[in-house]
Amino acid sequence: MPPDDLIVTSGLGHRYGAGTEQEVTALEGVDLRIAQGEFVAVIGPNGSGKSTLARHLNALLLPTEGRVTVNGLDTRDPDHHWSIRQTVGMVFQNPDNQIVATVVEEDVAFGPENLAVPPEEIRRRVDEALALVRMQDYARHAPHLLSGGQKQRVAIAGALAMRPACLVLDEATAMLDPRGRREVLQTVRRLNRDEGLTVVLITHFMEEAALADRVVVLDRGHLVMDGRPEEVFSEVDFLEGIGLGVPQIVGVRRLLEEAGHPIPPSVLTLEAMVDFLCP
Amino acid sequence: MSIETVDLTHVYMPGTERAVVAVDRVSLRIDDGETVGIMGPTGSGKSTLIQHFNGLLRPTSGRVLIDGEDLWPREKDGPRTADLHKVRRKVGLIFQFPEHQLFEESVYDDIAFGPRNLGLPEEEVRRRVTVALRMVGVPEDEAEALGRRSPFSLSGGQMRRVAIAGVLAMRPATLVLDEPTAGLDPRGRLELLETLSRLHRRWGLTLVVVSHNMEDLAALVDRVIILDQGRLILDGPTREVFRDPESLRRLGLDAPPVVALMHALAARGAQVDVSRLSPREAAEEIDQWIRAGRPRRAGSGREGDAGLVHV
Repeated sequence: MPPDDLIVTSGLGHRYGAGTEQEVTALEGVDLRIAQGEFVAVIGPNGSGKSTLARHLNALLLPTEGRVTVNGLDTRDPDHHWSIRQTVGMVFQNPDNQIVATVVEEDVAFGPENLAVPPEEIRRRVDEALALVRMQDYARHAPHLLSGGQKQRVAIAGALAMRPACLVLDEATAMLDPRGRREVLQTVRRLNRDEGLTVVLITHFMEEAALADRVVVLDRGHLVMDGRPEEVFSEVDFLEGIGLGVPQIVGVRRLLEEAGHPIPPSVLTLEAMVDFLCP
Repeated sequence: MSIETVDLTHVYMPGTERAVVAVDRVSLRIDDGETVGIMGPTGSGKSTLIQHFNGLLRPTSGRVLIDGEDLWPREKDGPRTADLHKVRRKVGLIFQFPEHQLFEESVYDDIAFGPRNLGLPEEEVRRRVTVALRMVGVPEDEAEALGRRSPFSLSGGQMRRVAIAGVLAMRPATLVLDEPTAGLDPRGRLELLETLSRLHRRWGLTLVVVSHNMEDLAALVDRVIILDQGRLILDGPTREVFRDPESLRRLGLDAPPVVALMHALAARGAQVDVSRLSPREAAEEIDQWIRAGRPRRAGSGREGDAGLVHV
């Protein structure tokens, strides 16, 4: 394994209720390598296995076939779970049921306290994590009074306090308003660029996926596409065929191409489209 | 039927230190057959407001009138003439993630729950279930097989349609939906939007849709109401409301990407009509602009980018 592969899944399969009548194959034969420092978006229709995949990346779920390694550690070995969960932090969809403490900084300290990190080190980590998500001014606030976007940033800080190499966001923006979504996306983009944090962003929003370095597409438990956003979002018919779509801007691009105006496939975002049309 | 609020105010925990004014003197009127979107940042009072539309919440002050009848008359106005149970049947409220409220063993029983509670004969219950399923896009010949399935075996989009069918089986004239497409994938989203649009077009239902998704509102509603900190701050035709992306942005809202694109082009001096709401409309406008030789206003340049919406 090359040293820069942080997460590797080989022939990963997961069946829920294996051996029972309700057996459901959620993932099958998924081979995926995520390098240190990458920003990978995972898209797929409802029920395609996105969340199941996410939960394999930090050993919340274990493969029923194949294997997953994090920093070379096999997730099937329970002795590795603490180390793996420190390496890969998770942020979930609902901002209201991830926060456990009644004060923001206590919530962020929760993880490192569980690891018996010394108090002065915890202090340092909490301050640093809150600063990284730009929530230092809210350290003494009550979490329930924060907006959805702020709560998710606290949840991210809680994960960062564990000093992870990778952050997995499982539809972490799905319940937020536009400002909240923007806050969370800006935060993870900055952490990826400036801190070298590996980011795996599971999302229903094609606009969000277009911001990643790489887009992975799941359909009925299979990995069906893996490429740069401009490659993936060129396959409009394929994506629509499996129940996905393309960012609205790509929809406009396609209509313009049909009208006889060629536009390079790298034009995926609003900014790129404006630059292209009106430099 | 019409829904009207007059100076509607709702305070949670009134008279305590933690009192929160969730809705602040909102007056609005929604008429029969309208399609209305309600938007505003989290905590702006949207969900509190809509729970007054069918009498689930009682205003702290102000009035709610359904078809002109006051739901909460003051003593001096005489006794209540509006029947709250009837109002709740006429105004169907669909909360966020309504599929979380499915509980029966079969799809049929879940949709039949409301009509059975009305004491309707089983034959009428069956008819209502079938019609409700048809209204949400399930063909008659598939309704029976689907009815036998467990709601929990369905996809997210299907579960949501079943939950909506359960409300439709009560025969409401108005459907009030809180974030109807949240958490659905693009196809599920498009199918649900199509279903809602058809409920309006074919069956004449009034739609009131609370949403953060500006694309959805642009596609679905003719009128948009914006709330901020409990106050109604804007109420107008969808096209007019999206005409000013910068003020939306100040509220923490976004214009749909297409609208933002047209504005960004205009900000660089491109002479384009910015009131385009759908990708098709935008592409047609840009196509004509390119064919006209990309005319730009004199002296314009990239300094106009201040208005660009960055993610």
